[in-house]
Amino acid sequence: MKDIQQLTTMLKTLEDQMTVCMHCGLCQSVCPLYTQTLNEADVARGKICLLGGLSSRMLDDVQGVKDRLDHCLMCGSCAANCPSGVNALEIFLKARVILTAYQGLSPARKMILRGALAHPRLFDRILELGAKSQSLFSQPASELLGTSCSEVMSPFIGKRHFTPLADVPFHKRCGSMDTPVGASGLKAAFYYGCLTDKIYPNIGDAVLKALRHHGVGVWMPIEQACCGIPALSSGDISSFKKLVRANLKAFGSRGFDALVTPCATCTSTIREFWPMFAAEFSDDEAADIRTLAAKTIDISAFLVNSGLISDNAKLSAGAATMTYHDPCHLKKSLKISVQPRRLLQSSPSCRFVEMNAADSCCGSGGSFNLLHYETSAAIGMRKRDNIVASGAATVTTSCPACMMQMTDMLSRRKDAVTVRHVIEVYAADLV
Amino acid sequence: MISKTLIREFETLLGAENVKTQEADCMAYAYDAAVLPPVMPSIVLRPSDSDALGKTIRLCNDNRLPVTVRGAGTNLSGGTIPSLGGVVLLTTGMNRILEINEADLYAVVQPGVVTAKFAAAVQAKGLFYPPDPGSQAVSTIAGNVAENAGGLRGLKYGVTKDYVMGMDFFDANGDLIKNGSKTVKCVTGFNLAGLMTASEGCFGVFNRIILKLVPPPAAQKAMMAVYDSEAGASQTVSDIISNKIVPCTLEILDNFTIRAVEDFAHAGLPTDAASLLLIEVDGHPAQVAEEAEKVETICRKNGCTRFQAAQSAEERNKVWEARRAALSALARLRPTTVLEDATVPRSQIPHMVRAINEVARKYSLTIGTFGHAGDGNLHPTILTDKRDKAEWLRVEKAIDDIFDAALSLGGTLSGEHGIGIAKSKYLAGEIGASSIEYCRKIKKAVDPNNILNPGKVLLS
Ligand SMILES: Cc1cc2nc3c(=O)[nH]c(=O)nc-3n(C[C@H](O)[C@H](O)[C@H](O)COP(=O)(O)OP(=O)(O)OC[C@H]3O[C@@H](n4cnc5c(N)ncnc54)[C@H](O)[C@@H]3O)c2cc1C
Ligand code: SF4
Ligand code: SF4
Repeated sequence: MKDIQQLTTMLKTLEDQMTVCMHCGLCQSVCPLYTQTLNEADVARGKICLLGGLSSRMLDDVQGVKDRLDHCLMCGSCAANCPSGVNALEIFLKARVILTAYQGLSPARKMILRGALAHPRLFDRILELGAKSQSLFSQPASELLGTSCSEVMSPFIGKRHFTPLADVPFHKRCGSMDTPVGASGLKAAFYYGCLTDKIYPNIGDAVLKALRHHGVGVWMPIEQACCGIPALSSGDISSFKKLVRANLKAFGSRGFDALVTPCATCTSTIREFWPMFAAEFSDDEAADIRTLAAKTIDISAFLVNSGLISDNAKLSAGAATMTYHDPCHLKKSLKISVQPRRLLQSSPSCRFVEMNAADSCCGSGGSFNLLHYETSAAIGMRKRDNIVASGAATVTTSCPACMMQMTDMLSRRKDAVTVRHVIEVYAADLV
Repeated sequence: MISKTLIREFETLLGAENVKTQEADCMAYAYDAAVLPPVMPSIVLRPSDSDALGKTIRLCNDNRLPVTVRGAGTNLSGGTIPSLGGVVLLTTGMNRILEINEADLYAVVQPGVVTAKFAAAVQAKGLFYPPDPGSQAVSTIAGNVAENAGGLRGLKYGVTKDYVMGMDFFDANGDLIKNGSKTVKCVTGFNLAGLMTASEGCFGVFNRIILKLVPPPAAQKAMMAVYDSEAGASQTVSDIISNKIVPCTLEILDNFTIRAVEDFAHAGLPTDAASLLLIEVDGHPAQVAEEAEKVETICRKNGCTRFQAAQSAEERNKVWEARRAALSALARLRPTTVLEDATVPRSQIPHMVRAINEVARKYSLTIGTFGHAGDGNLHPTILTDKRDKAEWLRVEKAIDDIFDAALSLGGTLSGEHGIGIAKSKYLAGEIGASSIEYCRKIKKAVDPNNILNPGKVLLS
């Protein structure tokens, strides 16, 4: 697609959604990026007007618009607070697909997304190689946080304090799993997601332990693939479709009550973005997508909503003070914020304290962090300041990507605060 | 076209990151919250201190570049839609609160301070800055002053102009003009700060603003009264005032808005009610109790079918939830939302409500009306789709009729949203040709090259 006329025709398909925006500008108050840069092109109103300008040919700089559209955390804070109900994330994702179809993927992104991510096995192997060699390049920066940064790799990774790859990925250690339904009468499919698999296998263990404890049968096929969000947010619809299909194949035919995940981003991608793009698939696939999406649920929400955490579980006053960071993709996209706190409050070791602005974005934004590290870190430092001010010894959350970001920020400031997933805390206290 | 040399000069002055000339950056400043077509500027400048601000203006004047100064860009009248190929000058980068003086009850702020952040900082010191426009989470103090913004507390506490004690601003030459003082009284020279209030970027660019602060009320009470006739609600409004009670807030929602809010927020509102009044009195606890009692009596006397007084902070929040949800609830119904603010003397509210309903019927349009009944400032909100050409023509006619009605009732075109581009063609109808001529003369004297927001308010 190289004809600008064709591009504007494609953009017109978004017009119904874009006209809902009344240009009130109220999204400025919640956009973590705008707060940092004060650039109107960074906030939802600006991005929507840029797309409008392109579609009405007020400007022709497609790459310019694409760059600004890509400069976004995809946190959904704008949409969650929009008085007019503009579905900004849907507009952004669809526009990215359209603009990418027009401009083409950059070679580097193409290599990663088409070459590796869309071929789950290959991706696994590349990362395994990385796990074996990373100790050569990196040294421990902060034992407490388990991150490592590396002088050697710094031209590539900048100043990041990377969370190292696990020696053996979770799926490889566990293999596919199918356990019978227990006391709960429930069966859950377990979708662990890339970061749990490759970086935080402990989270996977914790989920399995909690499900076992509550008598939930688990079905975990290791043929599952990435949820597709890196591809989709790069506008690479064809890799996205490959990944969705791989997952449909892995999970499609079995009966289970819920598809449980410990990753806020995977949860919201499967629940919200897969159905958003259902029209790209066959009718049968679209029906499977909708069924799967409706069953997809965050692990804390699953445990609480299914009544597995008893209502009179004593509110714990444990020894370790912990606070909780709301991942945008759970709270803003799926309105889940109570359940993870319930889990913490019913963990005997935990004494829960709220931090200020618990639901403000950590600045990770997936690949945003890779491409715009300094801005991402500036937003992340605000989160770090709030974590430290809460006085908690541990910050918990429900998303491995947020964990990486917070670990990086805390480690850079040498803070004695550990970062854990809510389910790790909860499962560790189970006997 | 702006020359490369001049762009470089701006870059040296402001830093390259504060000078934007790419189309895709300029497009993001081509509009504001008014329903008007965008216009592309050719450069966007963001000074971060006074010195740079003054020099920027001087450079623009020397080069005869039209300058539109912009805060958050939330005004509803096109006041920040730039001239084609002109300059957008952002004062959002100058956003420091310079002083909050608790002994002398004033604050000094830079122009780009966000209203709600300022109000919160003032509250943290145990003081109160009352003007609270619905956009306060993002609007800037300079934008509030340049539009003389109002809000929910106008009835008792007044509007932005009642809090401007003085200011420094740059004239079109980039010279700093000082006016007003930190003292309660000040008659040193003309009241230029008064002239600057509601100046919509046409007379000068604010650099520092001195604002009055007041002690906060010790107590408040929120109440809700439901009516099955519009007349009962309107009579209540007049009776409250004529009983010498000045609530801090006195808001009305019409039936259409009530239904929209209920559909949207499920606040438990009676959808068959004709009108809803939301009332808050504040002050000393004893006075609050007494006034609340009187308000209840007046509401009941005028036939309210349900009366509710908030007993806790939570209940108070609930009462205001309905009002806060009004715009959201309406905006979701149709793609385009036109928020008007024609204002009448408060005794004329019933006539104005009737006139608006008549306009809606005449042009077959959906109009939800809510607003500041106590101020006579209604917000008839036209719900439409600007892509539907035929309907849009009817909307334009309806707006004409709404203004005619307001003027014939002794009212005014705009209570708080300003004139900008959107209402400039109606101005002569209200103030007359000689008044416009007088304003043009002032404009010509203070801005001989007509660089400051040309074409706004007075037409060209
Ligand atoms: C959802 C919503 C609710 C609203 N509710 C209210 C309300 O309740 N009451 C109300 O009164 N208004 C309301 N408004 C209108 C608007 O928010 C106000 O007019 C506000 O004061 C504008 O502030 P701003 O910073 O966005 O200014 P802008 O829109 O950026 O600018 C407004 C005017 O100020 C001028 N200006 C900006 N900065 C300077 C400066 N440094 N020096 C000189 N001139 C300057 C501009 O040139 C322009 O003419 C609402 C708007 C929206 C979208
Ligand atoms: S996206 Fe929503 S909040 Fe932002 S300008 Fe548009 S309508 Fe307003
Ligand atoms: S998704 Fe987040 S970063 Fe992107 S425009 Fe919305 S609020 Fe800003």
